[in-house]
Amino acid sequence: MSEEKTFLEMNNIKKSFGDLQVLKDISLSVHEGEVLSIIGPSGSGKSTLLRIATMLETMDSGSIKYMGNEAAHVENKVIHYAKPQALREIKKNFGLVFQNFNLFPHMSVMRNLIDAPIHVQKRNKDEVLSEAKELLKKMGLADKEDYYPSQLSGGQQQRVAIARALALKPNVLFFDEPTSALDPELTGEVLKVIKGLAEEKMTMVIVTHEMSFARNISDRIIFMDKGIIALEGVPDEVFNSENSRMQEFLGKLKHE
Amino acid sequence: MNFITMLEQISSGMLHTILIFFLTLVFSLPLGWIIAFGRMSKNKIISSITGFIISILRGTPLMLQLMVVFYGPYFLFKLPITNWRFPAIIVGFSINYAAYFAEIYRSGISAIPVGQYEAAHILGFNKVQTFFKIILPQVVRIILPAVTNEVITLVKDTSLAFTLSYMEMFTITKQIASTQTTLIPFAIAALFYYIFNLLVSFTMRRLEKKLNYY
Repeated sequence: MSEEKTFLEMNNIKKSFGDLQVLKDISLSVHEGEVLSIIGPSGSGKSTLLRIATMLETMDSGSIKYMGNEAAHVENKVIHYAKPQALREIKKNFGLVFQNFNLFPHMSVMRNLIDAPIHVQKRNKDEVLSEAKELLKKMGLADKEDYYPSQLSGGQQQRVAIARALALKPNVLFFDEPTSALDPELTGEVLKVIKGLAEEKMTMVIVTHEMSFARNISDRIIFMDKGIIALEGVPDEVFNSENSRMQEFLGKLKHE
Repeated sequence: MNFITMLEQISSGMLHTILIFFLTLVFSLPLGWIIAFGRMSKNKIISSITGFIISILRGTPLMLQLMVVFYGPYFLFKLPITNWRFPAIIVGFSINYAAYFAEIYRSGISAIPVGQYEAAHILGFNKVQTFFKIILPQVVRIILPAVTNEVITLVKDTSLAFTLSYMEMFTITKQIASTQTTLIPFAIAALFYYIFNLLVSFTMRRLEKKLNYY
């Protein structure tokens, strides 16, 4: 057993949509302070894996544990979640940043950040407010707290979404292709923020198509292909691998 | 009969018309949500029954529905229907309009991207919080123009209460017109409906502007 704490453990995850088996027996774990990037071609199951980890999607078999506590497991093809109270506690462990932000359009930037901490976590309003201000400052959005999402650029919206997730102080932060909806110019500002979080040792799982970014900031990389983990290791190991599918994938990217 | 007397008599009906209008809104706007939830229920039986009820309410004349609501208790159960006239009108109008509102609400709810629910879920909001804090405010803005249309129709539809001989404005107008053989009462009534609807549109436009903050 290693000394570092395991924040997330997924075992033998399988998932099919109709006849299509999207995930074929996937197991992975995420450790404290680690940045794990999941790369791979479209349709390889990366996003589905993330949606199962965050329990937005059910699985057909396997189990999910956060901080050693079981959140869900499948027995005889029936998914069993932890008891509601326990599940609520477990869900506090993670946050998710969506590809298309999913900010609440009718709330100001500030309210997007503070509503859940105040009304879900029942924390002190003044404390939440001052923390939210700090977060926005960190995201370079100190002057935007009264804006509505529609008044912001995509890159700014995504940074608000990251701040919103962080406001709940999760142990693990998931990113589902956080820059795929952004043009290259705006991608940089979002990646910079994520990089900043990596430097602060935030535990993160990032599904991304930004190869050089993934290589640069990750402690570990998982390359998924056709529903399996084809490769797993430190960035150099994975990117320099002789694996034909990986080479093909990188080659395709270069030609694009 | 001189013009002033005519105006006085018609005015006395206006109050009843306004009362039907407001009471119908008070009951049908919330009732519409219940019907909408029934229609969207994951339970197939509930959703198909609700769907059937909506189709009857939208597919038959309101005038006919008013008759059924008013005479039904007597014909079906031999219940006395004295003092039932006004309640019957409110019940008939409210149920009918609720069916229309339900479909408007449903279209509004289905216009909200699934990502809004997912974000709310990840942030830990429960179902009630998600609906009231995140979904409803967005739905209200989306459906307001459609609701305005229905409300304007309701102003004019109140005249259907004449089928139950309720003394609202249009019933009185019709009586005066036929006894005095003149079109003037109709002109007065038309003006009243028109001004009433101007006020309705004005109010709803103000509301729309207010909700257009994002």
